[in-house]
Amino acid sequence: MKGAHDLGGKTGMGRIDPKMDEPVFHHEWEKRAFALTLAAGFLGKWNLDMSRFAREQMEHDEYLASSYYEKWIHGLERLLVEKGALTQSEIQERMLNMLEEEQPTVR
Amino acid sequence: MSRHKHAHPPSETEVKVKALESLLIEKGLVDPLVLDELIDTYEHRVGPQNGAKVVAKAWSDSNYRARLLDDSTDAIRELGFQGRQGEDMVVVENTSEVHNMVVCTLCSCYPWPVLGLPPVWYKSAPYRARSVSEPRSVLEEFGVFINKEVEVRVWDSTAEVRYLVLPMRPEGTDGFSENQLARLVTRDSMIGTGLPKSPRSIQ
Repeated sequence: MKGAHDLGGKTGMGRIDPKMDEPVFHHEWEKRAFALTLAAGFLGKWNLDMSRFAREQMEHDEYLASSYYEKWIHGLERLLVEKGALTQSEIQERMLNMLEEEQPTVR
Repeated sequence: MSRHKHAHPPSETEVKVKALESLLIEKGLVDPLVLDELIDTYEHRVGPQNGAKVVAKAWSDSNYRARLLDDSTDAIRELGFQGRQGEDMVVVENTSEVHNMVVCTLCSCYPWPVLGLPPVWYKSAPYRARSVSEPRSVLEEFGVFINKEVEVRVWDSTAEVRYLVLPMRPEGTDGFSENQLARLVTRDSMIGTGLPKSPRSIQ
């Protein structure tokens, strides 16, 4: 069965609408998502094919609605949990803390 | 350390990225200095200016051009460009008979060492879906009209093999230095969705 990622030849996708002179990253979080994914890859717990496979596990509609780095973060979270580097509950807890405290951005 | 309040509530993705970053740093699994270095590298040091040097050299030096088409990875490495997402490079040459263009239908594989990170349109569903079924109408959306007699050849990248298009050297560039030639080479001309600039544009 074809996953949502197997886009070659699919119809009804509309126009491409290329933008000229776009920046390398469009948001601060995209930079962090990019670098985190690479740096976590250096841990050697997975390879490039496993990263792709993790991104391709997104739900069909979610995959098509997500931006490139949203897919990356989805894949990274899945791999970190699968390989035991982090647990789903500690990620959830940290996200809740961050939202509740509304702390200044720390990087 | 930068400190600023968000002007708008952060999205779930933004919060997730921050949560993952803080947890991974806390556990010593990633080094914040490495993160900053990676961002700086791909934001400022790696980009289509690298590929433009490869193309300009191939246009000026027929021996280099032959090496580039014979063993692309090695010839690109000669200029100091190598590594992540460019371990196995294939350069495809545009001629008066063939126009090449590159896509990655399955994800967004792209030759990072020579082009940097891919633009949004390259990663978009319409480009990935349509390039293989209707390349000429895709090219027309980029303002590129390829003569009917010219074959359009589409290369679908994989996680292993990454393609770079060697565009045709523009007319009217006799005597141009490699630096001058490199200024005519656009990112899109090396993906195949564009053509090099006209020499008049830099004079």
